Amino acid sequence: MKLLTLNFLTCAIKTCKTSEASFPLHPRDAELEIVETDLNLPFLKNILPRLMWEEIRTIASELGLPDLPTTAPTREDLVENNAEVQASLQNQTAESAEPAVEEIPSQTAKDLHRILLETCIKDGKLVCGNCAHEYKVMEGVANFLLPGHLV
Amino acid sequence: MMLPTPSTSHVCFDRIYEPAEDSFLLLDTLSSASESEFLKHRFSAESSCAPPLVLEVGVGSGVVLAFTAANASSIFGRSDVLTLGTDINSFACQAGSQTIRTALAGNEHLASVFLDVVNGDLASAIRPHSVDVFIFNPPYVPAELPDFSRHDRYNALPTGHNATSFEQDSYLLELSYAGGEDGMVVTNRMLEQIPGILDIGRGVAYVLLCAQNKPELVKKQIRNWGAGWEAETVGSSGKKAGWEKLQVLRIWKRKTE
Repeated sequence: MKLLTLNFLTCAIKTCKTSEASFPLHPRDAELEIVETDLNLPFLKNILPRLMWEEIRTIASELGLPDLPTTAPTREDLVENNAEVQASLQNQTAESAEPAVEEIPSQTAKDLHRILLETCIKDGKLVCGNCAHEYKVMEGVANFLLPGHLV
Repeated sequence: MMLPTPSTSHVCFDRIYEPAEDSFLLLDTLSSASESEFLKHRFSAESSCAPPLVLEVGVGSGVVLAFTAANASSIFGRSDVLTLGTDINSFACQAGSQTIRTALAGNEHLASVFLDVVNGDLASAIRPHSVDVFIFNPPYVPAELPDFSRHDRYNALPTGHNATSFEQDSYLLELSYAGGEDGMVVTNRMLEQIPGILDIGRGVAYVLLCAQNKPELVKKQIRNWGAGWEAETVGSSGKKAGWEKLQVLRIWKRKTE
């Protein structure tokens, strides 16, 4: 299960929904795996406003991943912005018949892609910060089914 | 517009719902000229809104969500769409994920982004108001609900075995079609969750019903949720003497100010 998925999940217990502590769910005893996928730069740029950055930082640090910056990156931070690229972009504009040079993802974009979409929880638990209920993750699938008495 | 139907050849239909008329009605409805116009208008990239999250509850084989993911540009007019699924059947979670990954393979750098299929009861684990497009092909057949006390045992391979039993497969299939009284017991539980999961400004839900579900009554109940709530039939199939066998409702909230 991808870490970006955790941006959209919360504790399944009804009474937890109103508690801020039920989001994000906290990974515990997690076995991670990297599943490589192609970097999708337009998507990464657009998803920024949907990211609960503070919570994603918390999850990354709880998983022992490298620290994320304290503030979320901007769209500009995700694009390589060296002089060479700038120059070739300008050249492209001059010869307007040519297609524009493709934007090059920056290291920040690569790091974000790695964390959100390539770092997956293979096995482990997700724990609610409010009620401490543990949801199992097995073979990449998180199980949010509750025992009868909690529904 | 004929968009390709995703391959489900790897899915074991002994314990996972096989794509049928209802699944195909959802595909046809979502990609119809009128619905994609509605969706393109609602989620146009020009309005600079963030990527929409599409949630399907009960993905089964994954055919509907895979179709939506693979054809996001045609349906929404933008490819930066997120897809997420849930299913109560853990075998469907694995198989459905596979269907969606296969449908997107080779296009990851410009296609929509598939998140995961989580194992859960309806949308109980979804963060409130985070869903932009909700899709549900419910267990709508008026038939007795299966006995959920067996669920834990039947939701995984039996210990020490590498195959499911016939009883287990029957139970898992029942989950995909049996809807209790009027075929509405599961759908009513889901409808209750919809206002809480949909994005307040732009959320929209597509729910499939059959004639025995009393769709006119269901629409009336939804319109009574409060000011602005709308429910319309936007797709139907199997018309017989003025009765649609199956139909797809679009549920959304009009801006009331």
